[in-house]
Amino acid sequence: MQIPAPFDYVRATTVENALELLARYGPESRVVAGGHSLLPMMKLRLSRPEWLIDINDLYELDFILRDGNKLRVGALTRHTTLLESDEVAGLFPIVRDAERVIADPVVRNRGTIGGSLCQADPAEDLSTVCDVLGAEAVIRGPGGERILSMSEFHRGPYETAVGQDELLCEVRFGIRPRSGSAYEKVERRVGDWAVGAAGAAVTLTADGTVDDAAVGLTALGLDHPLAGAAAVLRGRHPDEELFAEAGRLAAEACNPVADQRGPVDYKRHLADELTQRVLRRACARAAQTQEG
Amino acid sequence: MTLIHDRQSNPAAGDEDRPIGYGRIQRKEDPRFVRGKGHYLDDIVLPGMLHGAILRAPVAHAKLVSIDTTNALAHPKVVAVITGKDLLGLKLAWAPTLSADVQAVLVTDKVRFQGQEVAFVVAEDRYAARDALELIDVEYDVLPPLVDARKALDADAPVIRDEIEGRTDNRIFDWEMGDKAETDAVFASADVVVSQEVVYPRVHPAPMETCGAVADFDAVNGKLTLYETTQAPHAHRTLFAIVAGIPEHKIRIVSPDIGGGFGNKVGIYPGYILAVVGSIVSGRPVKWVEDRSENLMSTSFARDYIMQGEIAATRDGKILALRTHVLADHGAFNATAQPTKNPAGFFSIFTGSYDLLAAHCSVTGVYTNKAPGGVAYACSFRVTEAVYLVERMVDILARKLDMDPAELRLKNFIKPEQFPYANKTGWVYDSGNYEAAMRLSMQLAGYEDLRREQAEKRERGELMGIGVSFFTEVVGAGPRKHFDIVGLGMADGAELRVHPTGKAVVRISVQSQGQGHETTFAQIVAEELGIPPEDIDVVHGDTDQTPFGLGTYGSRSTPVSGGAVALVARKVREKAKLIAGAMLETRPEDLEWEKGRWFVKGDPSAGKTIAEIAMAAHGTMTLPEGVDGNLDAEVTYDPPNLTFPFGAYICVVDIDPGTGQVKVRRFIAVDDCGTRINPMIIEGQVHGGLTDGVGMALMEIIEFDADGNCLGGSFMDYLIPTAMEVPDWETGFTVTPSPHHPIGAKGIGESATVGSPPAIVNAVVDALAPFGVTHMDMPCTPARVWAAMQGRARPPI
Repeated sequence: MQIPAPFDYVRATTVENALELLARYGPESRVVAGGHSLLPMMKLRLSRPEWLIDINDLYELDFILRDGNKLRVGALTRHTTLLESDEVAGLFPIVRDAERVIADPVVRNRGTIGGSLCQADPAEDLSTVCDVLGAEAVIRGPGGERILSMSEFHRGPYETAVGQDELLCEVRFGIRPRSGSAYEKVERRVGDWAVGAAGAAVTLTADGTVDDAAVGLTALGLDHPLAGAAAVLRGRHPDEELFAEAGRLAAEACNPVADQRGPVDYKRHLADELTQRVLRRACARAAQTQEG
Repeated sequence: MTLIHDRQSNPAAGDEDRPIGYGRIQRKEDPRFVRGKGHYLDDIVLPGMLHGAILRAPVAHAKLVSIDTTNALAHPKVVAVITGKDLLGLKLAWAPTLSADVQAVLVTDKVRFQGQEVAFVVAEDRYAARDALELIDVEYDVLPPLVDARKALDADAPVIRDEIEGRTDNRIFDWEMGDKAETDAVFASADVVVSQEVVYPRVHPAPMETCGAVADFDAVNGKLTLYETTQAPHAHRTLFAIVAGIPEHKIRIVSPDIGGGFGNKVGIYPGYILAVVGSIVSGRPVKWVEDRSENLMSTSFARDYIMQGEIAATRDGKILALRTHVLADHGAFNATAQPTKNPAGFFSIFTGSYDLLAAHCSVTGVYTNKAPGGVAYACSFRVTEAVYLVERMVDILARKLDMDPAELRLKNFIKPEQFPYANKTGWVYDSGNYEAAMRLSMQLAGYEDLRREQAEKRERGELMGIGVSFFTEVVGAGPRKHFDIVGLGMADGAELRVHPTGKAVVRISVQSQGQGHETTFAQIVAEELGIPPEDIDVVHGDTDQTPFGLGTYGSRSTPVSGGAVALVARKVREKAKLIAGAMLETRPEDLEWEKGRWFVKGDPSAGKTIAEIAMAAHGTMTLPEGVDGNLDAEVTYDPPNLTFPFGAYICVVDIDPGTGQVKVRRFIAVDDCGTRINPMIIEGQVHGGLTDGVGMALMEIIEFDADGNCLGGSFMDYLIPTAMEVPDWETGFTVTPSPHHPIGAKGIGESATVGSPPAIVNAVVDALAPFGVTHMDMPCTPARVWAAMQGRARPPI
């Protein structure tokens, strides 16, 4: 049994209450939802919060809701719920792709989308998913609600725009016609952190050329979607040559570090290979939507 | 709906095929395990029990300058803090290892590996003990570490064991086996010679239950009761008597339910000794249970062999000779469990399953700034490394000769009529029929079809590999004239009592860590006496309750204790014959045995069952001269030889050419462990070992950085396989009984762990043949496979 440093624990009853508790306990408090990132870090004593504010009773944050041309997902929505939602898979197949390879069923039963995004681990999959889908983060704090784009939300490894006294409450995805998306990860073993992963979201025009596209990488040293991907892809017909070009772009743009999961050259190769794969699949899915 | 408690506790397949003896029955121990009613070390709670925690060194090599325990002692819940200095006073700072070396219990002079034990806190609860570790102030003077075993013997390498008088280098031993001159001569005149460095990286047994102890020293009667996660309770009792000076009859070792051992729980770890010291010092029971990181960083690792292999053959594929030199990294203390005079254990079985003209191996063992260990993880005392080496070399030869690897093996097997077969490095293989096992494995796999499929896929650029391995294991240590651990012979005792109503209890010295002893040994008695296995209780794991014996490791339980149990049951049967003769008023020699009863020859209706005889033995009848009034017996079984299980494994992998990810698609395992006592348990053992093999072949490695920091200190970093990485196992078997074993059984516990890694790696290398790859070392992670595809395969260490 690995034993964390001493801490106190309190269970929030509502979002308002959670915000009050955050204000009361200050910078030494941490919000716990699924706990599958925070608790291992605490057990290794790498993280030593004085207070844990448990938000697992905030059922108001556990929802998936279609609202016009938006899909609204509560921050406390579990990975399993996202994985199993046919509505989400129909609109954003990348989510099911990613959720299938996030950790294992035990973690997915507890872990939440909000926790994943706020942890902002460089190897975290949903950050890339939300990036390429152009999602918005709904944050509440003492000053009320603010809505940020993912590029504003995500500030780098382990760092987000969520203030110490704020709570990520919701993630919103824009629904677009003739769209497809995909995610693919390479890992040493199921449940290990990604060696590397890529996600892509594509919108096609009526004539089948690319209207808009985004490519993101996970664990490969690229914090935000691949700059210039849309410019390269837009107006072109999706084919192998185009995918290869995007792959090269990704390999050049990424900035991986060598670790036990692999050396830099391999990871760069993965950026190329996986970018091609997810674009190929995303385009095929978009085309299918078009036909359907 | 059936309520759980309405079910039979030991439901067999059905009444008609419920065996009284050998056969497929569910495990007697499973009802308690599947209901969460197992009783493991951490379930033990004694009145007044305190909790211990170990402060471990943060660096790999450093002089210990000072330890200040003042703040820790001031913690309101801390009872004691023990340091190396305290142990020096008790003459317990250093303890003997199982390989004639010593290991520091707590650091007194310098730290020799990261995670080494520095101080021990005893506190009222586990949390306080852990918190107080942070209150101990230690000053270290960091020394340059020796991490790379290849540099251990360099003139400028730091000397790790400078506390040993006269020691000026890191060489632990040089050892060789076989005729070097003869081997060199065969190599010199051979048509074909291939060489390859083959690395078996450091891996860890990683049992689900970590190691721990609860020590309860009763100062009034001087008795120590020590609950331990141990695979060898009796050996531990004797060692504690020698080390701690407590009289052996005042020591009771209890090994409760064990959550996996794999060799990790053979040795005596500093934590066990510290729990005892803590109990003596505090006068209260002390529990110490290591956490996962402690287990991975400080307890017995396995392997860590760098093997330079060479194989010589004729042009048409007759293998002539093998030779190898091994550099063995033993870590900071030579603490390998060691049953032979050979410091490399059974490594000289490296000639494998082949009939050779000559063979020679030499091993150099070195110290490094890493955790000690070496023999662990179901390895049969280095057979794992030996089999991996020969099976890689044979595959490399097959490629060189452009021969099918299965055909090359078939051409060179030791033939059935050659057994008993003396190999060139000192072993006498008891029995074998290798070709039959190989052909069955090929048939189950559909070998020809697989090769056709592979050829088609290669045309399309798909990477499919077929790997073959054939292993000969050597288990069941061992004959006491050749085998001992720290002077203790490796014979095993067994005691059997048949109660008046015909129910029995058999007491054995070996300790189960999941092998199913409570079922298997009951089945052996059932087979010999004809009473149902559910009527036989198996008692083990408590030195006050069981006869002496050396414990469970090296697949020795069935070969040694299994023999003891069969013989003790036969002794009881013979005694029953004498009593039955008196009951039936006939001469014993006129009686005939059928399972469960003695009857009069020619008159089967006149007979007595074991239960009837047991009642008579304990009753009022006048017993024959010299027969005691019971139906009990005891034996100590000294095996005449080791046993040599074998098997033929075939693995099929698919590799993603874009990412290097390996998928094990199929695995066919044909095992021959001689007589099969419980096929279900055998298959379970095989499944577990094959899964181990996937882990080692594809993902497991304990790495260190240049400073000697262990990079495998948690399950986030040290990967073990899950159900997602393994295929549906396809198992088959042949039966070649051991000619010298009382029931012909050979042991199965480690076969699959030994045999599967080469099959998987051979399959990966086979898949990569289009890239010109002839060898790659484990672990075959995506990155390493991809590097091999680029022609940049590198050893992992």
